Amino acid sequence: MKAITLLVTVMLVISAQPALTLIETYDFSNPELEVRYQNLTEELRCPKCQNQNIADSNAPIAQDLRRLLHQQLEEGASNDEILDYMVARYGEFVRYRPSFGGASIVLWMAPALLLLAAAGVLLITLRSKSKSNSDGVASLSAEEQLKLESLLNKAEQDS
Amino acid sequence: MGPRLKLFLPLFLFAMLAITLFRGLSLDPAEMPSALIDRPLPAFNLPQLGLPGLLSEQDIEGQVSLLNVWATWCIACRVEHPYLQQLSDQGVVIVGINYKDNDAAAERWLEELGNPYRFNIADNDGTLGLDLGVYGAPETYLVDSAGVIRYRHVGVVDETVWNTLLEPAYQELIEEGETQ
Amino acid sequence: MMPEIGHFALIIAFCLTLLLATVPAWGAWRGNAVAMALAPTLAVGVLVFVGISFGCLASAFLQDDFSVALVASHSNTLLPPMYKFAAVWGNHEGSLVLWALILAMWTAAVALFSPQLPLLVLSRVLSVMGAIGIGFLSFSLVTSNPFARLLPNTPVEGGDLNPLLQDPGLIIHPPLLYMGYVGFSVAFAFAIAALLGGRLDASWARWSRPWTNVAWGFLSLGIMLGSWWAYYELGWGGWWFWDPVENASFMPWLAGTALIHSLAATDKRGLFKSWTVLLAIFAFSLSLLGTFLVRSGVLTSVHAFATDPARGMFILVFLALVVGGSLTLYALRAPAVSSRVTFGWASRESLLLVNNVVFLVATLTVLFGTLFPLIVDGLGMGKVSVGPPYFNAVFVPLMALLVPFMGIGPVSRWKHDDVSRWRSELVVPALAAVVCGVTFPLLHAPYNIWVALAVLMSAWLVLGLVQDVWRRLRNASSAARGLARLTPGYCGMLIAHLGFAACVTGVVATSQYSAERDLKMSPGNTQTLAGYDFRFVEVVKVRGPNFAADEARFEVSRDGVVVANMSPQKRRYLATGSVMTEAAIDPGLFRDIYVAMGEPIGSDGAWAMRLHYKPLVRWMWLGAIFMAVGAFTSVLDKRYRRQRGAVYAGDEATLHGA
Repeated sequence: MKAITLLVTVMLVISAQPALTLIETYDFSNPELEVRYQNLTEELRCPKCQNQNIADSNAPIAQDLRRLLHQQLEEGASNDEILDYMVARYGEFVRYRPSFGGASIVLWMAPALLLLAAAGVLLITLRSKSKSNSDGVASLSAEEQLKLESLLNKAEQDS
Repeated sequence: MGPRLKLFLPLFLFAMLAITLFRGLSLDPAEMPSALIDRPLPAFNLPQLGLPGLLSEQDIEGQVSLLNVWATWCIACRVEHPYLQQLSDQGVVIVGINYKDNDAAAERWLEELGNPYRFNIADNDGTLGLDLGVYGAPETYLVDSAGVIRYRHVGVVDETVWNTLLEPAYQELIEEGETQ
Repeated sequence: MMPEIGHFALIIAFCLTLLLATVPAWGAWRGNAVAMALAPTLAVGVLVFVGISFGCLASAFLQDDFSVALVASHSNTLLPPMYKFAAVWGNHEGSLVLWALILAMWTAAVALFSPQLPLLVLSRVLSVMGAIGIGFLSFSLVTSNPFARLLPNTPVEGGDLNPLLQDPGLIIHPPLLYMGYVGFSVAFAFAIAALLGGRLDASWARWSRPWTNVAWGFLSLGIMLGSWWAYYELGWGGWWFWDPVENASFMPWLAGTALIHSLAATDKRGLFKSWTVLLAIFAFSLSLLGTFLVRSGVLTSVHAFATDPARGMFILVFLALVVGGSLTLYALRAPAVSSRVTFGWASRESLLLVNNVVFLVATLTVLFGTLFPLIVDGLGMGKVSVGPPYFNAVFVPLMALLVPFMGIGPVSRWKHDDVSRWRSELVVPALAAVVCGVTFPLLHAPYNIWVALAVLMSAWLVLGLVQDVWRRLRNASSAARGLARLTPGYCGMLIAHLGFAACVTGVVATSQYSAERDLKMSPGNTQTLAGYDFRFVEVVKVRGPNFAADEARFEVSRDGVVVANMSPQKRRYLATGSVMTEAAIDPGLFRDIYVAMGEPIGSDGAWAMRLHYKPLVRWMWLGAIFMAVGAFTSVLDKRYRRQRGAVYAGDEATLHGA
């Protein structure tokens, strides 16, 4: 049973192997569309590949999505409309730039929060370090002073 | 104790991480649930395979059915076929979507191997597939009598899959349909 | 026979590693000098036997011994010999043996090249490294035996090495990467030894600095090579994708960067001792986490080895023991009271702390982003993807935040410095940097503000360093004397920071100024991109050792002068029939031109072609090389070599008292 599942999985995967580098030559009516196309193909994820965007993937589904993207851009859809269209069919999984809603808001806020927390710790550390400085250094006794000098002399000889 | 307690923070954070990773081992990152669960079938207007006339989503409504996405270029579909035949013989309604395929080849295939499908939608350009969120064949959708998609299975439907994943839901939907 | 010898050698190595992990540690605990002195010998012994094991595996590959299952699945008689050798680590089982070998090499190196280390410390350090070795060797022997045999049905021919891996990049990228990851185990071991010893002073930092710098250097090279390899091998001009496996190598690097700077402060001023210990644990934990992510199947990646949750479980348990154990030890043994050493707001110490803050936040951000899909899925909240758009958006500002402080660092003084002194010292570089930032982007239309910022920041770093060197030379009695007075430590910093500046410039310039076109071309056509004319001359059929290919010939010229002849290929590998594109690249210091073949279009000889223009892309990798060179230079400092025979008073008493 397991063997059959494995075999079938392998076959499913093989039918999507990046064996061919498919470079489609789409014509765009306007160079700005081509730029948007390049950006969007890098933002959309190929639904069945091992972590590739649709720009880099050779899977049939990726080709279909690229064609669809080209079509929609030529029809005048905005970036948001196109992304919503894709998400409605394939789920949030298909966006490499997580949306700002739902759980992903945590993701977007995390770096800033971490930075604030770390900076806070930094400031507290700096303050405590510079404050105790004003306590002054205890002075050395005469014996300690001699010992210090001999050690310093020895160090100089070594270097 | 205060300052010492602070030092346990990294260990605590690591423990959270380890639990997450442990949980991750039992998940499958490649599994992708359909975005259309509990949503109605997308509207479409496509030819029927082997017969004249057009089909739309209304032709699927009215009974609980399995919507099977298949193609002659899909080797796994061939593996799945006999079991689908079996299910069809048991009375399960199976509607086929012939996905990005060649009509003549598809008809030949059905002649050779048998036809478990009530009818087949010829989705040559893959537009219906795109609207359903199909990303590879075979895929099977469970649709209730109102035409709402209730479940999607990616991969071959065999006895185990039917018994453990699809049949319970299928039976529930039938009962649901009967009580309405 | 050889595979059995290899297997047996691996078992012996495992036994020796068990001894290494336990006996010297016990000796250190009890003050037993004999037990402690066994450590170096055991370390060398482990190296010998892992070496033998590795050698047997390699010879199985080189001799096409298809009775070994690994060779049968990952090699082939037609494969050129150097790829047969590299195929040893082009798979999960073999790469584990490589891990174990490199760990054994580092352990033996620490054993042999640390004459100044008190035996008490050395024995603990080597024991900790042995404990790590137990994990990897047992993982290999128990779950991933590389010597499993396919008898009696030995295949006549093997599968093939994935064509994507049939490239010189495979020969050096993993070994360099492992040298880096595994190298962080040395800093880790020193940190643990310091905690075990209960005496957390700055000496552990002095001892582990050279080892950590070298490991970091190797990791920098390994990552750089991975990026470069992806660029020329994959055919679409990308060089970093924030893929989970790439992140798995980048996180230890980020933490490692924080670590090498923190070690400098601990070494020089005895500060942040327990923070640096924590960083050392963190960096190595990230290496181990990387191993887990790549091999467990928890995250999807093009780079992942064949994954198996059972293996993942093994690594997770190991990870839990090592990291959990070390963090518990840290919590119990690290001093709860911070040192009384002080420093002012404006000082080198605080600038180093800023470095730590930025790199720590960067590491945690990458970690969180990488694991986020897993967390969301685990909580039952569906599937999300986190990719380059997210990482680029959060990572770039962090690095930008770092640069202003990085420019002040080399000029700053320890303990107490003065902001007005910084101002007067650095006003010239600052102004010059602004000028550069404003003017350089004028060279390339349209004017790009991001490039302007990047140039401003790089110029700030470079000019600040140049000025500092000039000052030091000027203050010396002669230029030669001045140069001689620049210590390897200083030179290392100089080279590494210059490398960072080059890297920043390269990354931003390439990201902003790259141009790409996908076109249909027939022989005889010419197309233009970024001022270069690409003339498609012809297509010919060629033959390689294990492939047949269509080769397209291009003549590239600029303003009528031919600058390059390029020959991309579309290869079909004979063993598996898989088809690969081999891009043609004309490298240059200031730009790369890149041509890749797609598919034939129609039947009249037309092909789909991808043309790329990538300015300054090499600066990124050259920058990384500079960073590595800087790291290696810094360990040449004679203070690391000077301390032979230094005796630790306290330990003498313990040694003799036992």
